[in-house]
Amino acid sequence: MDKMVDARGLLCPEPVLLTKKVIDNLGGGVVRVMVDNNAAKENVTRLAENKGWGVEAALEGGEYILTLKK
Amino acid sequence: MNGKKFLVVATGGVLGLLSVYLVKMGNPANMGYCIACFLRDIGGGLGFHRAETVLYMRPEIFGLITGAFLAALVTKEHKAVGGSSPLLRFFLAFAGMVGMLVFLGCPVRAVLRLAGGDLNAGVGILGLIAGVFIGIQFLNRGFSLGRATAQSSVNGYIFPLTAIILLLIVLSGAVVFFASKTGPGSMHAPVLVSAAAGLAVGVLAQRSRFCMIGGLRDFILFKDTHLLWGFFALLIFALAGNLAVGAFKIGFAGQPIAHSDGLWNFMGMLLAGVSVCLLGGCPLRQIIAASEGNTDCAVTIIGFIAGAAFAHNFGLAASPKGVPVAGQAATVIGIVLVLIIGFAGAYRTSAASGGVKLGQNG
Repeated sequence: MDKMVDARGLLCPEPVLLTKKVIDNLGGGVVRVMVDNNAAKENVTRLAENKGWGVEAALEGGEYILTLKK
Repeated sequence: MNGKKFLVVATGGVLGLLSVYLVKMGNPANMGYCIACFLRDIGGGLGFHRAETVLYMRPEIFGLITGAFLAALVTKEHKAVGGSSPLLRFFLAFAGMVGMLVFLGCPVRAVLRLAGGDLNAGVGILGLIAGVFIGIQFLNRGFSLGRATAQSSVNGYIFPLTAIILLLIVLSGAVVFFASKTGPGSMHAPVLVSAAAGLAVGVLAQRSRFCMIGGLRDFILFKDTHLLWGFFALLIFALAGNLAVGAFKIGFAGQPIAHSDGLWNFMGMLLAGVSVCLLGGCPLRQIIAASEGNTDCAVTIIGFIAGAAFAHNFGLAASPKGVPVAGQAATVIGIVLVLIIGFAGAYRTSAASGGVKLGQNG
């Protein structure tokens, strides 16, 4: 099963911190991150891309699901 | 440079150049913008404190809120949320403001002071970096203010609409609020110029997520320089502007609306640094987020104003003469309390925080 990070309702830097812990531990694979504001979406995306992960964003009911792949 | 990074640099650059211009037009020296000072002045304008020299309804702040609110509406980013430790945020803001008034400036003004040649601000910025570094240790160990949840939309309009109403009263020229006759509070650019300058920065900061603390924090935490670009853009553009208009004067002594007590410049900003790092953003960023409908950040702004009023009502705030003993004591007490909050938040697992514990997903 893909790893999930629920960062809904959190402001920066918490979504990035949560995501970083997970992707640092995994090193590769698929991680889904749930966020509910654009700033968090942009920050998580930037972190993942800096670490060499591909990012796809999908909008579902006002929340974003970011799929991180490496 | 990609579009988002350009926006961050543009925000810092415009903020820096407008600051120099606002000083030219009448604002106090090295105080084109200062979120802490301006919130304190507004607290005085509303009569929450009566320190004679710092009473004025700064239109820059109301312009900032209006600009960010409109930008968030247009981009559909306005959303009423709240419920993430509002009282804790109020307290952290209150304590952080005391620290900023001991230094005499928020992170934005610290950089503007440095850009004007005030080396005391360099000491303050070192304190700020130390404070952010301490705050990061708590974040890394699991400090969280908890999740916010969606609220009914009316919640998200109260803060920005109040600001717009206050701005309209100020623009109308009606004499409603308190205003200084002498001192920094009496020095200001024309109301329309101030409001327009605030509006421009409000739009840019909303789009770019500009944050002074975020710049330092993300660099230390993630080696991410995205927001730090804004920090340096502010410094470089304000410095260039000051050099161009002859407002640059390097040194420690006799700097405008500043004191040269290095220890308390450092300690004041250390307190501010820990507090706002735990809050998740600098005072400017808190204003922008509050304008986007975040009611926790609105409570944070009220905490800043309350802290400023307390600091002036009870003689804690510094002046160019130095830092009063009460202000020194308050800074130490503030640091101790904020550290306790950091430790308590970092080393407990609480279902009450919405179950958020950094690392829970790891």
